[in-house]
Amino acid sequence: MADVRILTGNEAAALGVKLCRPNVVAAYPITPQSQLAEILSRYVEGGEMRAEYVRVEGEHSALTVCISASTVGARTFTATSSNGLLYMHEQLHWAAGSRLPVVMCVVNRGVGAPWSIFNDQQDSLAQRDTGWIQLYCRDNQEIIDTIIQAYWIAESLYIPVMVCYDGFVLSHTMMPVDIPDAEEVRGFLPPYKAHTLLTPEAPRTINSVLFPWRRPNPEGVLCDGYMEMRYKLQAAMTRAHGVIQKANDDFAGVFGRDHGGLVWKYRCEDAELVFSGMGSIANEATVAADLLREEGIPAGVAGVRTYRPFPREEAAEALRSAKALVVLQKGLSYGYEGCLTSDLKAALYGTPLRIPVVDVVAGLGGRDVKAREIADAGRDAWKDLQAGKQGNRSLWLNCYTGEDHAG
Amino acid sequence: MQDNLFKINETEYILPGSRACQGCGLTLAYRHMLKALRENTVLTIPASCLCVLHGLYPITPVTVPCLNTTFASTAASASGIAAGLRALNKTDITVVAMAGDGSTYDMGIQALSGAAERTTDFIYVCYDNEGYMNTGTQRSSATPMGAITTTTPILTKEHSKKDFVRIMEAHDLPYLATTSPAYPIDLYEKFVKAKRIKGTRYMHIYSPCPPGWMFPAKDTVRMGQLAVETGIVVLFEIEDGKFRFTGRSKTMAERGKKQPIINYVGKQGRFRKMSIEQLNRLQAWVDSRWNDYLRKAEG
Ligand SMILES: Cc1ncc(C[n+]2csc(CCOP(=O)(O)OP(=O)(O)O)c2C)c(N)n1
Ligand code: SF4
Repeated sequence: MADVRILTGNEAAALGVKLCRPNVVAAYPITPQSQLAEILSRYVEGGEMRAEYVRVEGEHSALTVCISASTVGARTFTATSSNGLLYMHEQLHWAAGSRLPVVMCVVNRGVGAPWSIFNDQQDSLAQRDTGWIQLYCRDNQEIIDTIIQAYWIAESLYIPVMVCYDGFVLSHTMMPVDIPDAEEVRGFLPPYKAHTLLTPEAPRTINSVLFPWRRPNPEGVLCDGYMEMRYKLQAAMTRAHGVIQKANDDFAGVFGRDHGGLVWKYRCEDAELVFSGMGSIANEATVAADLLREEGIPAGVAGVRTYRPFPREEAAEALRSAKALVVLQKGLSYGYEGCLTSDLKAALYGTPLRIPVVDVVAGLGGRDVKAREIADAGRDAWKDLQAGKQGNRSLWLNCYTGEDHAG
Repeated sequence: MQDNLFKINETEYILPGSRACQGCGLTLAYRHMLKALRENTVLTIPASCLCVLHGLYPITPVTVPCLNTTFASTAASASGIAAGLRALNKTDITVVAMAGDGSTYDMGIQALSGAAERTTDFIYVCYDNEGYMNTGTQRSSATPMGAITTTTPILTKEHSKKDFVRIMEAHDLPYLATTSPAYPIDLYEKFVKAKRIKGTRYMHIYSPCPPGWMFPAKDTVRMGQLAVETGIVVLFEIEDGKFRFTGRSKTMAERGKKQPIINYVGKQGRFRKMSIEQLNRLQAWVDSRWNDYLRKAEG
């Protein structure tokens, strides 16, 4: 019998974490993540989950605890949002550089200043170059399933994984969630094995200072320099494409749910107007695509689930039939454009696909984005296409930009 | 306490070839500290001279397992190690975090205070060489007033040294001690004791630094002794709230005598620009702290 419950995103995440049986949890509260940190405390104090829960005094320490615990062989979990994630920034690099399979939920929220507790994805987008794998969830079912896959992926590759989901839109919204069976999760996820243990049984100094070049050890074996280590991380990220897909497919085999691996497609096969996006906004775009289809516009959605490593080939493949692309995103690189827009354009470079791309920045700081508005943006792109306009465009959806607000 | 060099563990945990400077007080302290802590120990250290001492990958002269961590995170790293070991039922390992005064007094204070408040089971060691030495002798909040550093090059340090040990006292730790590589037996015995105690133990080591303090490398031990004999540094321990002078400081307290600080300050190039007014202020600061300790010892 399936165990289906009505849960918020944070509740689903907490159950997912419990199913993965981490040895150490460290977290510091921040809206909209707090509920997750609280539920895990309850699990640990109530004896439902056997883990050391370190109630740290800040997020920098939260991730440090995970890093160090992971180095002695513990499976670890942390979660944060917004400024909490920014406060971890130094340790994000440290975790990835140490090749530690920490799993973290990022409950996406806009970053200050000024303060906003509401959702966008600027927090995690700004961390895309820290060497973490980033997975974005569309709904609460995907959150619980992705956490389980995240441990599998992280521990296969020794790369930390962020499981990102939208604050409030998912974290505080109730949806039916099918809870995976604990025994089946146990079977799916083997125990964690550290690649380099900090232990008195095999003393070594871990992460010591390096010179730019390779250097021999006392036995004369040439060891990696800084750059070789960085190359190995990049190579593992390249391997991650296959590993993430396998995690998705194996998971689907056991639990019967397929979340698309790196890129998920909705009515894409013959779509000429394609929306792309990550997380709940991309889910909303599926409704917009349906609306446009009713009007006779062949619309579809190519949703990016894995943002790093970037699924260049999978994205280009999903866009095969596209004549125009509308990229919806809740975060940007100031002075350029939406982060996902740049990445998708780059993915199309060198392919036969030369299509206009509309860069849509939307939903910053929780600004509402309705399917109807997404459809409007799509319809405009379609009209431009019919009028033979081939250029790229940028647009801030639902944002007052009139009378030249610049500066 | 009978000084007896023969009872010190003979195993060496730092082999020849460390990258520390000649006459480094930290190295001397580290050597005796590791002898006291022995095999079943894991360390975590931040960016610092200690990190440099550990050598360049893939070679290290240190035979104790050690995890490098970022500048502000040493105590949090120890928390993680302790939590991980506990979760995996490895409870017989001594977890040690060791950092310079810069990372302890400044950036690392948050993580240290947090770990101490959570009564994390570890030993935190601050080796206090009174400045950011690894980055080239800049001022830290442990630098004494009147000292030249590379960021107080002309006017010297204007502010008094932060009394960090008092901050740690306020955390009500089961064990807290100050020591110095100039008194290896004192240092050794305190670490042997610290290892036996559970909870957060704080160890403060005053570590003379020849290049940073500008004195000849052969005088490290003498400089450490003078620091104690002038009362600038006081050797003591606080066990379960009970204060006790130890070693040389104990004899000084009993005899009611200490040397004037000029005997210490005058031997270090870093104080060469110190004004008479600063010297008097520093002497007054030392006297007042010394009297505080005397009162504490009376209970
Ligand atoms: C976040 C960060 N800021 C600055 C540094 C640069 N840094 C490395 S070591 C160091 C000074 C260390 O001073 P201290 O802790 O007193 O140790 P010592 O070098 O004296 O042994 C500094 C500032 C760093 N590593 N990380
Ligand atoms: S600078 Fe000072 S503390 Fe650092 S290694 Fe040299 S002597 Fe030791």
